[in-house]
Amino acid sequence: MSNPGAATERLSRLLAMVPYLVTRQGIPLAEAAREFGITEEELVKDLELLFVCGTPGHMPDDLIDAEWDDGHVYLRNADTIARPLRLGIDEALALIVGLRALSEVPGVHDRDALERTMAKLEAAAGDAALTSAQVSVEVEGEAEVLAAARLALADSRRLHLTYFVPTRDETTERDVDPMRVVLMDGRWYLEGWCHRAEAVRLFRLDRVEAVKVLEVDAEVPPEATERDLDLGLFVPSPGDQQVVLELDPAAHWIADYYPIDSVEDLPDGRLLVALRAADTRWLRTLVLRQAGAARVLEPDDLRRAVHERAGAALAAYA
Amino acid sequence: MSALKTERLLNLVICLLSTRQFLAKEQIRAAVPQYADCASDEAFDRMFERDKEEVREMGIPLETGSNSAWFEDEVGYRVDRAAYALPEVAFEPDELAVLSLASRVWQQATLAGPASRALLKLKATGVEPDDSAIAGVEPRVGTSEPAFAGLYAAVRDRRPVTFPYRAGRTGDVVDRRLEPWGIVSWHGRWYVVGHDRDRKATRVFRLSRVEGPVHAVGRPGEVVVPAGVDIRREVAVLAWDQPRGEATLYVRPGAGVCLRRRATRESPGKAPGDWDEVVVGFSDPESLAAEIAGYGPDVVAATPDTVRDAVVRRLTAVLTAAS
Repeated sequence: MSNPGAATERLSRLLAMVPYLVTRQGIPLAEAAREFGITEEELVKDLELLFVCGTPGHMPDDLIDAEWDDGHVYLRNADTIARPLRLGIDEALALIVGLRALSEVPGVHDRDALERTMAKLEAAAGDAALTSAQVSVEVEGEAEVLAAARLALADSRRLHLTYFVPTRDETTERDVDPMRVVLMDGRWYLEGWCHRAEAVRLFRLDRVEAVKVLEVDAEVPPEATERDLDLGLFVPSPGDQQVVLELDPAAHWIADYYPIDSVEDLPDGRLLVALRAADTRWLRTLVLRQAGAARVLEPDDLRRAVHERAGAALAAYA
Repeated sequence: MSALKTERLLNLVICLLSTRQFLAKEQIRAAVPQYADCASDEAFDRMFERDKEEVREMGIPLETGSNSAWFEDEVGYRVDRAAYALPEVAFEPDELAVLSLASRVWQQATLAGPASRALLKLKATGVEPDDSAIAGVEPRVGTSEPAFAGLYAAVRDRRPVTFPYRAGRTGDVVDRRLEPWGIVSWHGRWYVVGHDRDRKATRVFRLSRVEGPVHAVGRPGEVVVPAGVDIRREVAVLAWDQPRGEATLYVRPGAGVCLRRRATRESPGKAPGDWDEVVVGFSDPESLAAEIAGYGPDVVAATPDTVRDAVVRRLTAVLTAAS
């Protein structure tokens, strides 16, 4: 067998799938597959499996009846498992802790809906909810900037930001049409259409020095799309410059933290890492911070810039 | 082949759900077609014992009992329907939207799967979420630290653990023994808090510094979380690096914005060459020195010597490595 938990994992999915499909007769295959995070082929395999299962006797009338020929799913004769299995500890905990995190977002949200939801969820979870006190996600934020961003989102208004860009060590002024506010790795970001860059940009709220909601309607262009944040915060684009770094073990975290194109093991625990960057100034800073544990191999001007700045900085201590 | 096994387990669950009577093992063997393929009684017994265990581990309330008070040794099995089914809770469309946002708090990894499955179960009433209610705000938390899965399971199951841990100051990796009470994401990092068996005191560990596998060393339920313990407060108190000193820096006008933003004092033009004098608090001289080195010639560490020396050493190392 490939994976010892594979069969029960799939059974869990099937037991959740049946009640969902039973109440949504005729749901398109593609939509159902998306809901379950599987491909249409996998969904069809699941339906084929359900089709041969049923109550003891296993005469045709006893079996679950599944149809999907016309691209829509119909599921019948599954009364025994038409109610979902109650929430497991992990399931209850994931939602309860998630809800708590939501309700702590500073100055936001429909309290009433959150409280109603939590009460019902705890009732539905029963004992499975008990462990949830042992896991906690602390959500802090720049309350003032968050509130302005929320207001602009709700009323679809343009924002003016005074924004600090650490890679250039300078403060910039820009108008942004907000798309959403996300918390990633403990930091809040505003994603929006930046009129200065004429592109979608993510702004870290703790770097916003001042914010103003303008009396102007936001106009997010149709071509603006939200970033898929599962890929991480830094998404290189094909036009970026290629950078090659050599990393000692003390700097290996760089390979985990930033999206890299390739990594190669070298002797003595060193790594050879290739990545792309539009603006290499942040890399200059990054390498200068590593006390020699990270070295630039390419491009040459970045390698020289690191060398020159380290030399110029040392001159002040001579 | 796992498809066959899934089929067998599903038929077993349906069979035990559809009965009110306790079913004897032989009745189950006859009712679930996949058991017919068993070559011997022993093979069936082994398979049935394993299946029962796995079904229970999924949270399915498989009961053992007897139908007759006179023949108690005739053990049978069934699944308690009331205990099996999710209680009937009707969520409104805006509540489902809130739940779906809550489920997306978990990115990838350990808890994302359970979160989305839970959401699907709760959506089984047929109601569709109304996403307009809370659109636009998305808190998300990653669990990319390799130690998360092991420590989360230990916290959930209340089992003591050991793990190799890298100390912040010295960099030494030492095995630690912990009775974990809780796991907390704080300022974007995961921490586990609990009773340290070696130090005999409450301790907080950063998951990113766990340098190897987490091993459970006790029975589930063995860890007792003290009443009234506030795991978030423990983490906030113990993980917070209190500033241990103040450093005076010379900063080129216009540069060092990050340093200025957290400065305790800023005196424009007071440093040599009409640069600005900026005073910042720090806890770890090495990490402040790394930050200063990152600014290159735009920031100079004046005092204390620990920071100044660390900057010089780090920059010299960069220069040597780059030559």
